[in-house]
Amino acid sequence: MSSVLQLQRQFIDYTTSLHNEGYLDNQFTELQKLQDESNPDFVTEVVSMYFEDSDKLLNNLTTALQQRNVDYKQVDAHAHQFKGSSSSIGAKRVTNVCAHFKGFCEAKNLDGCLRCLQQVKQEYIFFRNKLEALFRLEQQILQAGGSVPMVE
Amino acid sequence: MSFIHLIGFGLKVGHLVLMLCYSFLTVISLNSLFINDSQMKPNNNNNTKSNKLWIKFLEIFSRNTSKIHHYYQYIGSDKFRKTWWKKLLILWIAFGTLLSLWVFWYMRSQALETRKDNLTNMCDERARMLQDQFNVSLNHVQAMSILISTFHHGKSPSAIDQETFAKYTERTAFERPLTSGVAYAVRVLDSEREQFEKQQGWTIKKMTPVNKDKYNPEELEPSPIQPEYAPVIFAQETVAHVISLDMLTGMEDCENVLRARELGKGVLTAPLELIKSNRLGVILTFAVYKRDLPSNATPEERIEATDGYLGGVFDIESLVEKLLQQLASKQTIYVNVYDTTNISNPISMYGVDVTDTGLQHVSPLNFGDPSRKHEMRCRFKQKQRWQTLAISTSFGIFVITLLVGHIFHATINRIAKVEDDYHKMSKLKKRAEDADVAKSEFLATVSHEIRTPMNGVLGMLDMLMDTVLDVTQQDYVRTAQASGKALVSLINAVLDQAKIESGKLELEAVRFDLREIFDDVLSLFSGKSQEKGIELAVYISAKVPETLTGDPGRFRQIITNLMGNSIKFTEKGHIFVTVHLLEEAAESIDVETEPSSKDTLSGLPVADRNRSCEGFRPANQVEDPSESVTLIISVEDTGAGIPLEAQHRIFTPFMQVGPSIYRMHGGTGIGLSISKCLVNLMNGEIGFDSVPHIGSTFTFTAVFSNPNEQQVNGQPKSKLEFCGMQAVVVDPRPVRAEVSRYHIQRLGMHVETVSSLTSALSMLTNGSQTVHVVLIEEEVWDRDSSNSSLFFYKLRNSDNPPKLFILTNSIGGSRQYNGICSPAVITKPLRVSMLAASLQRAMGSNRSNDRNGEIPKLSLSKLLIGRKILVVDDNNVNLRVAAGALKKYGAEVVCAENGRKAISLLKPPHSFDACFMDIQMPEMDGFEATRTIRDNEQDINTRIQHGSLSLQDYANVSNWHVPILAMTADVIQATHEQCLKSGMDGYVSKPFEANQLYQEVSRFFL
Repeated sequence: MSSVLQLQRQFIDYTTSLHNEGYLDNQFTELQKLQDESNPDFVTEVVSMYFEDSDKLLNNLTTALQQRNVDYKQVDAHAHQFKGSSSSIGAKRVTNVCAHFKGFCEAKNLDGCLRCLQQVKQEYIFFRNKLEALFRLEQQILQAGGSVPMVE
Repeated sequence: MSFIHLIGFGLKVGHLVLMLCYSFLTVISLNSLFINDSQMKPNNNNNTKSNKLWIKFLEIFSRNTSKIHHYYQYIGSDKFRKTWWKKLLILWIAFGTLLSLWVFWYMRSQALETRKDNLTNMCDERARMLQDQFNVSLNHVQAMSILISTFHHGKSPSAIDQETFAKYTERTAFERPLTSGVAYAVRVLDSEREQFEKQQGWTIKKMTPVNKDKYNPEELEPSPIQPEYAPVIFAQETVAHVISLDMLTGMEDCENVLRARELGKGVLTAPLELIKSNRLGVILTFAVYKRDLPSNATPEERIEATDGYLGGVFDIESLVEKLLQQLASKQTIYVNVYDTTNISNPISMYGVDVTDTGLQHVSPLNFGDPSRKHEMRCRFKQKQRWQTLAISTSFGIFVITLLVGHIFHATINRIAKVEDDYHKMSKLKKRAEDADVAKSEFLATVSHEIRTPMNGVLGMLDMLMDTVLDVTQQDYVRTAQASGKALVSLINAVLDQAKIESGKLELEAVRFDLREIFDDVLSLFSGKSQEKGIELAVYISAKVPETLTGDPGRFRQIITNLMGNSIKFTEKGHIFVTVHLLEEAAESIDVETEPSSKDTLSGLPVADRNRSCEGFRPANQVEDPSESVTLIISVEDTGAGIPLEAQHRIFTPFMQVGPSIYRMHGGTGIGLSISKCLVNLMNGEIGFDSVPHIGSTFTFTAVFSNPNEQQVNGQPKSKLEFCGMQAVVVDPRPVRAEVSRYHIQRLGMHVETVSSLTSALSMLTNGSQTVHVVLIEEEVWDRDSSNSSLFFYKLRNSDNPPKLFILTNSIGGSRQYNGICSPAVITKPLRVSMLAASLQRAMGSNRSNDRNGEIPKLSLSKLLIGRKILVVDDNNVNLRVAAGALKKYGAEVVCAENGRKAISLLKPPHSFDACFMDIQMPEMDGFEATRTIRDNEQDINTRIQHGSLSLQDYANVSNWHVPILAMTADVIQATHEQCLKSGMDGYVSKPFEANQLYQEVSRFFL
């Protein structure tokens, strides 16, 4: 029981730190609120969908930027997609970088775009790792028989 | 004398000119003074009738004078006038110079004339005297000739010898003052010579010029043989040396002798040097005849009858000297005597030769010899002296002309300068006014330009507030927002001021509810008043119409300004706003004056309201009362009051009471000035009365037009639920009770006021009516706890107990009253909506609870449950999240990944209640998809209407229009407009926000 409590505290601390460090925003909390008995795996479902999409989008972005004649419209569309899904999931830092990315696309600045792509990739990987860690904690709590606490 | 007169005259002319100039200048300066006056006077507020009349008179006068001035300017353009003046000036100086020269010349000639006359007189006098004396001598010599003829030739032998003659002549010399000697020569023919020489004992000698110093008669040669001789036989002692000389041998003497015997008159020689004395002299010769000859005897007869010749020697020089010495003014003139027989070569007989060719007078002298002419020439010894009088007179005139010219010149210059200055000033004034207008316009523009981006900033700050922020950030944003709002309100104030100054502010004319405005303003200030514990109340007279036409915004601004000031400066007591019709107030003022002193809202003394509106126009001046309504509104507070020294500038923009006030309370100090302008725009007046440390009362009037229709409509519908209910207000203070009664009556309730709990109780128990509500002032309730608890219990025990309310000022009203279950508390200021809500709450009707509470998720679920909603988004994650959110509120969600699918799904007939559509999608964006959907719907609708499609096939819906809401991440105005343009019904932000979602969805599903 104590381990559950500990895990729960750890979970809360971790989530708070993620919020404070800007990896997550309230939207993620909203997502968590959407999950209920009728929809028990909502968050994981959405998040895994996000990961899938994001991998695909990042690939697309990389190839689009490697073209000889970069189609900025295309790149912008991808970045927009990425930004939209990121903001829906509450990945704040990824969203912010995407916004910058879009800015560079509009300015047709290849260097900036490439730099942003690197940054986005990095942020995305960070986010993914953090989120996976969070889910692991959640799983542990569930396995230990506790309930996942809500963090406001 | 004439000199002094001239100076006097000159001074008088100068004075006259000066007076003229002065009066001219005075007219100009008066003119400007009047103009100033007419500008300044209207600013004063003492608009008594006589004052106005006076101002009007001044205005007319100044207008006229300025008109004259205008004409004057018109006639004489600057340049023309200047040259004209210059010419006149030169002319004047030339005239002056000429005049002075003329005067000089005239005076000089006058003097010369008198001098000449003088000279003439003197000269003539001398000539006459000389002539007279000469004639006397002449006569005597003639008498002597007769003596000789009688005693020498008439007697034989002669009674006279040389001795007798010498003695006689010596003794009668005084008779001949001009002669120095007399001699007688006898006529001797050549035949008689020898006999004569024998008889006399000497030979006739020839007269020859010899050495003058050694005159010796013995050495003289005997006269040569001639037909006749004229030897001197008798001679006066002084000329004895001439005896025996033959007169005919002397050149002059011979000629003289011959002429004398021919004429029978005295004959003169030319001046000659006398023998021996060597002086200049003239010899007079008379012929002595044998018998008396008739006056017309011929020369031959005379020659034949001649016996001898008498000659007198005149020593002219000494004689004239002697004569002149007898006259006084010998020194002043030179006298010259000339023999002018030969005109071309006059022989000077007397006088020194002076080369001076000054003024000279010539008088002729007649010495009795017609063949000889003599004259006397007189000349002043001294030259004419300088004519000081003439010079100084003319110089004086010249100086006076110059002075007058100078004055004239100076005056002209002064006038020109004044005029120039005047033009310059008027130009400058014009420029200053232009600059002022430009400044106002600039301010207006700049303020406006600042306001626009400021709104952007505020909007963005609002949006920023909605994003996720930590506590510090939120604090920052809130501060920024508050500052921004303060800035905007300040800019608005400046903008108003500028607008008013540039005359651009125009009032609207819309219908509005006056009471609602006061309710709004009250709720605006309620927070502050409750915080400070001040009683804030509004009382509007029942006679004031429900709706008025005017500018509610500006009216509200005035009220807000005044109340804001009051709140700012009031720490305890009350702020009381009353609204009356002006006619009503005018009546009530007469009645109310006495009891007002103590009977105020909070019991504290206040400034006199009547004094604040003293200067206002009387009520009966307002035109037609059926068309326009004049309200008199007064705001009374018990604040710090305005110091007396600051009262006069209270309506001046940017002037505050003092810098310390500014630091204490902030503000820009243009509120009151704007209020004054606005009141003026509303044809009203504003005034105040203030007593330091007691309070201020601001009163203003405003004219609104009266929309006559709909006045019957009476009370608003929403308050109908309280209609007919009975309320009791327990309040010992009549004014406050009156205010409470006013507000409660607005709800349609009947109100009784009683002054104490006991009377209330007796009324409740004894009264036949049922009382629904009892409102008790906090002050009454607190005064006696036992009494109030007794009251409370008695009420509770009665059947159908009335609801009990405490009216309180401060926000801390939730304290426990007397430890017992406390009655409900209503925090003042009273206003209809709040009162209604409190009553509703107390009476258990929960109907409006939802509305003022925060939007609960429940209500959103209520709206969305069972609704079938299509969500369109190309982004899987977004789609999933949106769907999840909507599902959570119970909606049935269908997803579509792109616009095309959405179009096919939304082709009627379909069963969707709404559609949320992403805007930015590849292939087909949200706008395009919506347009297509709307086209389809339109097409089907028209076809159904035309009957080409059966209604049954389309689920009996004749007008297909599915609500489509855009989902967008960036909420910008442009997007919003585009949404509406492409047929969407609204937009929600992405990710969903419960409030906004509710607002949008409720528009369709309520």
